[in-house]
Amino acid sequence: MEFPLISFVIVPLLMLLGLWLARTINQIRGVMVAGSSILLVLAVALTYCYLSARSAGVQDEMLFTSDMAWYAPLHINLTLGVDGISVAMLLLSAIIVFTGTFASWQMKLQTKEFFLWFTFLSLGVFGFFISIDLFAMFMFYEVALIPMYLLIGVWGSGHKEYSAMKLTLMLMGASAFLLLGILGIYFFTGAQSMNLVEIANHLHMDPKMQNIFFPMTFVGFGVLGALFPFHTWSPDGHASAPTAVSMLHAGVLMKLGGYGCFRIAMYLMPEGAAQWGGVFLVLTTIGVVYGAFSACVQTDLKYINAYSSVSHCSLVLFALLMTNYTACTGAILQMLSHGLMTALFFALIGMIYGRTHTRDVYKLAGLMKIMPFLSVGYVIAGLANLGLPGLSGFIAEMTIFVGAFSNPDTFSRTCTIIATTSIVITAVYILRLVGKILYGEVENKEYLKLTDATWDERFAVICLIFCVAGLGMAPLWIGNMIQGSVEPIVNVITSSL
Amino acid sequence: MEYTLFIMLLPVLMFLFLGLAGHKLRPAVAGILGCCSLGIVAILSYYAAWQYFSMPRVNGIYQPVTVFNFEWLHFTDKLHIDLGILLDPISVMMLVVISTVSLMVHIYSMGYMHGEKGFQRYYAFLSLFTFSMLGLVVATNIFQMYLFWELVGVSSYLLIGFYYSKPSAIAASKKAFIVTRFADLGFLIGILVFGYFVGSFNFETVGAGTGFGGAALLGDAARVMVPLALGLMFIGGAGKSAMFPLHIWLPDAMEGPTPVSALIHAATMVVAGVYLVARMFPLFIDYAPEVLHLIAYVGVFTAFFAAAIACVQTDIKRVLAFSTISQIAFMMVAVGVCTAATAHEGLGYMASMFHLFTHAMFKACLFLGAGAIIHAVHSNEMSHMGGLRKYMPITHITFLICCLSIAGIPPFSGFFSKDEILTACLEFSPVVYWIMSIIAGMTAFYMFRLYYGIFWGKEARHEHTPHEAPANMTVPLIVLAAITCVAGFIPFGHFVSSNGETYDIHLNTTVATISTCIAVVAILLATFMYRKAEQPVADMLGKKLRGLHTAAYHRFYIDEIYQFITHRIIFRCISTPIAWFDRHVVDGFFNFLAWSSQEGSWSIRNLQSGRVQQYAYAFFIGVIALVLILLFVVI
Repeated sequence: MEFPLISFVIVPLLMLLGLWLARTINQIRGVMVAGSSILLVLAVALTYCYLSARSAGVQDEMLFTSDMAWYAPLHINLTLGVDGISVAMLLLSAIIVFTGTFASWQMKLQTKEFFLWFTFLSLGVFGFFISIDLFAMFMFYEVALIPMYLLIGVWGSGHKEYSAMKLTLMLMGASAFLLLGILGIYFFTGAQSMNLVEIANHLHMDPKMQNIFFPMTFVGFGVLGALFPFHTWSPDGHASAPTAVSMLHAGVLMKLGGYGCFRIAMYLMPEGAAQWGGVFLVLTTIGVVYGAFSACVQTDLKYINAYSSVSHCSLVLFALLMTNYTACTGAILQMLSHGLMTALFFALIGMIYGRTHTRDVYKLAGLMKIMPFLSVGYVIAGLANLGLPGLSGFIAEMTIFVGAFSNPDTFSRTCTIIATTSIVITAVYILRLVGKILYGEVENKEYLKLTDATWDERFAVICLIFCVAGLGMAPLWIGNMIQGSVEPIVNVITSSL
Repeated sequence: MEYTLFIMLLPVLMFLFLGLAGHKLRPAVAGILGCCSLGIVAILSYYAAWQYFSMPRVNGIYQPVTVFNFEWLHFTDKLHIDLGILLDPISVMMLVVISTVSLMVHIYSMGYMHGEKGFQRYYAFLSLFTFSMLGLVVATNIFQMYLFWELVGVSSYLLIGFYYSKPSAIAASKKAFIVTRFADLGFLIGILVFGYFVGSFNFETVGAGTGFGGAALLGDAARVMVPLALGLMFIGGAGKSAMFPLHIWLPDAMEGPTPVSALIHAATMVVAGVYLVARMFPLFIDYAPEVLHLIAYVGVFTAFFAAAIACVQTDIKRVLAFSTISQIAFMMVAVGVCTAATAHEGLGYMASMFHLFTHAMFKACLFLGAGAIIHAVHSNEMSHMGGLRKYMPITHITFLICCLSIAGIPPFSGFFSKDEILTACLEFSPVVYWIMSIIAGMTAFYMFRLYYGIFWGKEARHEHTPHEAPANMTVPLIVLAAITCVAGFIPFGHFVSSNGETYDIHLNTTVATISTCIAVVAILLATFMYRKAEQPVADMLGKKLRGLHTAAYHRFYIDEIYQFITHRIIFRCISTPIAWFDRHVVDGFFNFLAWSSQEGSWSIRNLQSGRVQQYAYAFFIGVIALVLILLFVVI
C-alpha cells in the first residue's frame, strides 16, 4: 500500500495559494476549513493505512518512504517516511490545526495575513514530522519557528514585542546548536546521506565526538521541549500569543522538541546519551517539579498553563531519558495527551479572555454561572491535566511512571519518585484555579452580561474533549502502534551500551 | 454471569446521559431515571450475590469468578492494566452494600434535593460515583483499583462541591481531593514497587483474595520490598478511609448535600481503604504481618482520637463524621489484629467485613435521618434542635434503632459485628481489647448525647413547626433501619472469612456481657447528662475540663497544623521562591544575555560612523601597528 506523504506539505501550500487569492472573510474561512479538514482526513487515512500495513505484517522501520534528490553534492534529499510515532504526531497536528481554525473564527485584525502565517507554521510542522532526512527536518523546523515571531508580535497581547523577540531569539539560539549537532553527525559518521535511519543502523560515530555533539543536539531540541533551565520563553511566549497560536505552539511545536531529542539526538548518538543521560535526567526531574510549583502561585491563567506545560513537557524528556520501551511509549503518549489537553486549555482561556478581557485569577469568579459550557470544558481540561482516569493524562503518566520505575538503578528510581509528586502539585494548582475562577459568586457585575460559547467555539472545544476522552478511554490501539515503533529505536539506543 | 457487566454499564450510561442531556429533562424525570437505573443495578447485584453464594464450594471455598477481563493499557508483557469483573465473597458483599445504600440515597434525594438548582447534575454525579465505586470493588487487578480509586475521588470532589457558590463547600471539596491525592501518591508508589518486584498487578496471579490458594511465592528481593509496597498502599487506604493524620478532609466533606455524606462519606467510599487491606490480606499475612499490626495501632489511635472529638462537637453531621472515622478505625483494627489466615486467628478479617456491612447500613440511616432533621429545622447545630421526637416520629424511631445498633446493644446488627471485633482484639492482646472496649463505650455515649440533643432536651424555638419528611425520604430510613434490626442474624461467616472456609459465628459470652454492660452504662450516663433541658453535669464538666474541651472542640488543632504547612510552607516557602527564582534568576540570566549583547552593540556601533576621516585614521593606526608587529615580533 502506498500513501502520498508529500500531500501533507502540498495541502498547506495550496492553502497558502488559496488564502492569497481569497478576498472576503468567508472565502478565507472557507479555505481554512477546507484545507484543515483535508489535512485531518489525510491524517486519519494515514493512520488507517499505517495500521493496516502493520497488521499485514510489514516490518520496515519506516513506511511509505519516498526519496527525492534536492541538492546532490551535499547528499541533501527530501526523504519522507513515517513510523508509529510520526503518525501519532501527524494526527495530533492535524487535530490541532483543525480545531485552531475554529478557535480563531472571530479573528478580526488582518485575518488574511494571520491565517497565511498560521498555515505557514503548520506547513513547517507537518513537513518536520514526515521527513526522515536530517537537513529537511532542520529546514522545516526553522520554517515552523519564524512565523511565531510575527504571529505573536502582531496579533498577540500584553508585552507582545518583548515576548515575540524573546521566544524567537531563544529558539534561534537553540537551533544554532542544533545545526552544529547535525553537521557533527553528518561529518563524524562519514555519512553518504542525511537519512537518519541509515545513519542509525549502519554507521557509528566516535564516542568522543558523541559526547561533544549529543548535548548540543539535545539542548537544541530541548529548548523547544521546555528543558529546564531553558524554558523561560514558554511562559512569556504563551501568555502573549493569540489563542490559535498558543494552541498550535504548546500543542504541537513543543512536541517537535521531544520528538527531535528522541529521533535525532538519542537515536543517532546513543553513547553520548548514556554519558549525558544522568545530567539531563536531573534537569528534567527538576523541571517536572519546578514547573508544577511555579504554577501554584501564578495569577495569570496563561502563565499557570505555561508552567504546567513546562512540567508536563519535562516529563516527556524525563521519560525518554529512561530509555526503555514502556517509558518511551509513555513519553510519546504524554506528547499526544499534553498536546490535546493544552490545546483545549489555551482555546478555553482564549475564549474566556475574549469575553472578560482579563486573565487575572483574582478578577474572575463565578464563571460557572455565566458561561457554563466553557466552564465545564475548563473543568474537564483541568481534570485531564491532573491525570483523571478516563482522560488522556492518566494513561500517559502511568505508562511513564511504570516504565521509569522499571529501571533498576537507585538513581532513576529516586528521580521517578520525585517526579511522581507532581501528581499532587498538579492537583493543587488545578483545583485552586477551578475554585477561584469558576466557582463562587460572580463578583464583577459587568460579567453578568457576557454570553456563553458561540457555535464555532463549541465545535472546537467539543472536538478536543472528544479526542482527550477518546485517547483516555481506549488507549490500547494507539499505545500498541507507538510501542511497535519505539522498540527499534530503543533497541538501537540500548544495544550500544 | 455476564449480566454483571450491566451493573457497571448502567450507572455510567446514566451518567453520560444525564450529564449531556440532563438539562433538557425535567428534574423529576432525571431523578426517576436515576432511581430506575439504580433499582436495576440493585436487583442485578442481589441476583449475582444469590447466584454466587449458591454455587457449590470447591474444597470448602467459594471460587472466585472472573466474569471478564481485557487488556486496557499495555506497559510490558507482565505489567498491564486490565479492566474486568472479579466476583469473590468480599466483592459480592460490597456490590450488595453499594447498590443498596446507593439506591436508598437515590430515592431519598428525590425528596431531599427537591427544588434544588442542578438537580440533574446531582443525579449525574451520583451515577458517576456509583459506577466508580462498583468498578473499584470488582477490580481484577491493583491498577484497576487505583484507576477507579481516582474516579471515586473525583466524584466525591464534585459532590462535596455541589453547592459551588458556597466558599466553604469549594474549600472542603478542594481539601478532600488534595489530601486524598497526597495519600494516593503513596498508593501509586506502592503499586510501582509492588509491580516491579512481584511482576504482576493481577490479583489472581499474586493471590490477593480468598480462594486463590494463598499469596504467590516471592523471591528474596520481593520479600524485602513487598512489606514496603504494602505499607505504601496502606497510606492510600488511610487517606480514603480517613485514618489519623489523613482524616482531616472527612469532617469538612460534610459541606456536601447530606445524602452524599450518607453514601460516600459514611457507607461506601470511606471504607475503600479497609477493602484494600482486606483484598491484599493474604499478602499482608504472609509477607508483612508487622505492617498489619502497625495498621491495627494506627486504627486504635484513630478510633480513640475521633471518638474523643465526637463527644464535644455540636454540628450533628460532624458528630456523625467523627463517629464514622472512629468506626472505620474499628474495621482497620479488626483486620490489623489478624495473625494468620486460619479461621480462628483470622477472625478479625471476618469481623471487619461484617462491621463494614452493618455499619454501612446503620450509618447511612443515621446520616439520612440527620438529613431529614436538617431539612426540617434548616440548621446543622444541635442547639437549634431538641424535642423533635414529637414532630418527626419515623425519623425518631429509625434514628434510635441505629443509635442502639452503633452503641452495641443486642439484638441490633452493630452488637454482633462489634462483638466479633472485640473478640478478635482479645485474641491479639488484652490491652488492645480493653482500649477498644472503652472506645465502644465512648461511641455509645456520644451517640446518645447526639440522640438526646436532637430529640429530647430543650425545645428550640422554630420559625415554623418542624414536620416529618415526605414518604420518599422516610421509606429509605425505614428500609435501612429494618436491615439494621435483622442483619446481625446473618450467618456472615458462612459467606466471608479469612481463608474462605465456613466459619460459624458464636458469641464469646464474656466479651458480649462486658461490652453490653459498658454500652448500657455509657447510655445511662448520656441519659443522665443530656436528657433534660437543663444539663448541669455536662456544663460543669465542660467548665472543669475547659482546656481539653476546647482542644477537642477544635479537633486538637490538626487542621491548623495542615493550614500552616500548606499555606506557610508550601506556598510561601516553596512555590513563591521558586516562581521568583524563575522570573528573576533563570529568566534574568537570559534577559541579561540579551541586554549585554544589546549594550555591546550600542558601544561598538560608533565604529560604523560613516566618517571617512575616522576610517582613514583607524586604517593608518592599523597599518602602523602591523608594521610594528612585523618588525619586532616576526623578525
